[in-house]
Amino acid sequence: MSFISAGAEWDFDLIESYERAIGKCAAAYGLDTYPNQIEIISSEQMLVAYAGVGLPVGYPHWTYGKEFIRNEQAYRKGYQALAYEIVINSNPCVAYLMDENTMTMQALVIAHACFGHNSFFKGNYLFQQWTEADAIIDYLVFARRYVMGCEEQYGQAEVEAVLDACHALSRHGVDRFKRPQPLSAKNQRAREDARRVHEQHHFDDLWRTVPGRGPTTSIGTRRDFPAEPEENLLYFIEKHSPKLAPWQRELVRIVRKIAQYFYPQVHTKLMNEGWATFWHYHLINRLYDERLVNDAFMLEFLQSHTNVVRQPGFDQRGFGNINPYAMGFAMFQDLKRICADPTPEDRRWFPEIAGTDWRKTLDFAMRNFKDESFIGQFLSPKLMRDFRFFAIADHEAETELFVDSIHDESGYRRLRKLLCQQYARETYVPDVQVVRYERDGDRSLTLRHFQHGGRPLEINEAEEVMKHLAQLWGFTVRLEAVGATGKVNTVLECAG
Amino acid sequence: MAHVIDRRRNGGNESAVNRARFLRRYNEQIRRAVRDILADRSMKDVEQGGNVRVPRKDISEPVFRHGSGGDREIVSPGNRDFVKGDRIPRPQRGVGSDSKAGTGESEDDFVFALSRDEFLQIFFDDLELPRLERDILLGSDEEKAARAGYTTAGAPNNLAIVRTMRTALARRIALRTPLRRRLEMAAGELARALEENRPECELAALRQRIAQLQRRLQKIPFLDDFDLRYRNLIMVPEPTARAVMFCLMDVSASMDEFKKDLAKRFFTLLYLFLTRKYEHVELVFIRHTGDAEEVDEQTFFHDTRSGGTVVLSALQLMAAIMRARYSSGWNIYGAQASDGDVFGADGGKSRSFLAEQILPLTRYFAYLETADPSGSRVSPLWVEYQQVNAAPGSFAMRRVAQRGEVYPVFRELFRAHARLSTP
Repeated sequence: MSFISAGAEWDFDLIESYERAIGKCAAAYGLDTYPNQIEIISSEQMLVAYAGVGLPVGYPHWTYGKEFIRNEQAYRKGYQALAYEIVINSNPCVAYLMDENTMTMQALVIAHACFGHNSFFKGNYLFQQWTEADAIIDYLVFARRYVMGCEEQYGQAEVEAVLDACHALSRHGVDRFKRPQPLSAKNQRAREDARRVHEQHHFDDLWRTVPGRGPTTSIGTRRDFPAEPEENLLYFIEKHSPKLAPWQRELVRIVRKIAQYFYPQVHTKLMNEGWATFWHYHLINRLYDERLVNDAFMLEFLQSHTNVVRQPGFDQRGFGNINPYAMGFAMFQDLKRICADPTPEDRRWFPEIAGTDWRKTLDFAMRNFKDESFIGQFLSPKLMRDFRFFAIADHEAETELFVDSIHDESGYRRLRKLLCQQYARETYVPDVQVVRYERDGDRSLTLRHFQHGGRPLEINEAEEVMKHLAQLWGFTVRLEAVGATGKVNTVLECAG
Repeated sequence: MAHVIDRRRNGGNESAVNRARFLRRYNEQIRRAVRDILADRSMKDVEQGGNVRVPRKDISEPVFRHGSGGDREIVSPGNRDFVKGDRIPRPQRGVGSDSKAGTGESEDDFVFALSRDEFLQIFFDDLELPRLERDILLGSDEEKAARAGYTTAGAPNNLAIVRTMRTALARRIALRTPLRRRLEMAAGELARALEENRPECELAALRQRIAQLQRRLQKIPFLDDFDLRYRNLIMVPEPTARAVMFCLMDVSASMDEFKKDLAKRFFTLLYLFLTRKYEHVELVFIRHTGDAEEVDEQTFFHDTRSGGTVVLSALQLMAAIMRARYSSGWNIYGAQASDGDVFGADGGKSRSFLAEQILPLTRYFAYLETADPSGSRVSPLWVEYQQVNAAPGSFAMRRVAQRGEVYPVFRELFRAHARLSTP
């Protein structure tokens, strides 16, 4: 076999040959992917794609203009490099490659995006549950047309007002659990019939003589609505807002649907990037083993790869936070090690996976977890030692910060739990739910912020959000906070 | 098998729509920022685009987020020598965000570049020449095509199909009706002849007549050459506003560098504004010391000359040019900049000349006084001009003492629909 390419220049034929070669390796490892669609774009178009939060088709809105200007400025001044690729969770899986990349980078990106991310999109339960890869592009096209149609009919300012308000609430526009399918009339009838038959079979006149509490008085009395708190604020507004016009409801729905589409990506960032990095590393190495790429290619690849998986310490230059590429890659590598070459410690911590087939175990992990549960399940003591993790506690009652736990025998479990919490949704999205809608009264809406760890909302910003909410709702909206003690305080009230 | 698609060619300007929306949305903030820029720009750069700074909090999008307070634990990598239970003093305000310091860019501002066009657009937004009359007819250059009925000849692209069909229909009805009537009569005759058992030769003649009539009917064309109608377009003269602006600048010795800079800034703005917003505005540049002369744009803005001060000379030259070149059919405007340092009778004479000879003919006259930086002293010319009795909205005077005041004053003088009068 001879090398596929020599030199940094790429062309379309080479990209196709690399895609084929990498595809063969991926198939050998048993990766299951959507078909690929590779699109070559310029850096300008990459900025546009950035601004559209990675969606290939977006509706027009000023916030995307702002993002574009911000990214362009940062890119021009050299504060920020552009990503080498953007990949869309769709079927076929669309990957954008930048035309400025070298051949090596294009190959890396193909391995990373077109096989790594692609197989994750296809396999992970969150994506399967919440996104429809076949339909997303069509839906985005529909959304764009609909928004533009509304602008034509009702004016740009009107549409913008609704969209601004929805954007403020978009993080609270996702379902975390499937709603039960509403029963069809036929099924409901069948259920009632079955119940009646059951009652007839078990009828006993004797029960009539048992003294009861008298007839129930539920009819006509006021019941709380909703019966259960609702955490999907946009869903509640869409279904129950007393004042929204149908087209405004549809706009709320569009923002909600798009937020829902991104929900899995937010919660699998570490896993998704880790998985893709793990596979580009393995696939490209396999190309090298098969003598399909030369040493120059490999050196460039390794340089990029090590840049991607660099994790600076908390006190080093360039420390942002935990690098999802670094930690995700390390965790999958570690998982492979535990399977293939377990130490006694691993056998103690992971008895059910130590020494199993690593491909099956990794596949299982990829399919059935999100960041929070993945860390909770698979973070090993060795990895905590490698990363030298430590936890700082910042408690309001204390005058000083203190070290809660570090990477030692007594701290592993606690550290893993805390890291797990760090990736839980409540940590970065406050838990705000609809608790009351005075349907029979003044139609006011009450939200409740369930505080975790006594952390309050940023009050000035919350007030702005409540103004947006009041505008969507049309009547008074109220925000309550409930802390650890269970005491409920009204924090904000906004007249509609 | 993957599809590889080259997208580099299409969709070059996808971002333009959203960018324009962003600019429109924050028009107010951006306009404020643009005005601030002007004060510290040199003359040459006034019309360049530039970086605009908008406070970040003005354009942020709110979301529910956690504020400070409460209990939390943060896991970080890279422990060196902490052990469990170590206590660390709480950092003042903002854990970890101090790493951003020293990059030179304030986190509080959103900075971006405006193009020259966007810049000037915002600059001269809602300004106009006051009291411009648009109904002054020009003979030659401005013409507009207008509809003027239909003609029977023309280019195929101007064919009026509906009108053509209507004509054709009328023609067909007109030509067919008599033939049809005769055909009916002939058919009736034939029927009678058959009933009465007329001889065969008579029947044959009748039949022949019917056939002949039917042939003639069929020969009437559906569409004929003379049915064609074409839309007729004629050129009509378009009423346009013609205007001339007289720029009068005092370049006498008492106008020091600083005052000249103020005056030139003012005229630069005026020049940019007029050339950008109006197609049919002529500019006349007059500068004066002891005597006045008409100069070209280049000389007006860049040449240095100095001498005594006779304001009246400039006004007289302006009146002479008005009479010679712009005697009828023009909206006439004047803008005068001076430090107002006049001697003897010049102030009084200028005032009466302005009031009697110039103001009746002009739509609007603005006087800009470049005062000392202290701005306290009132000049003789200012005192004189204050006594000018002019129709409301036709005369205005303002003082500027600082660079930063030039643009606000300029806006005040040329604000759309503003009512201006002497202060």
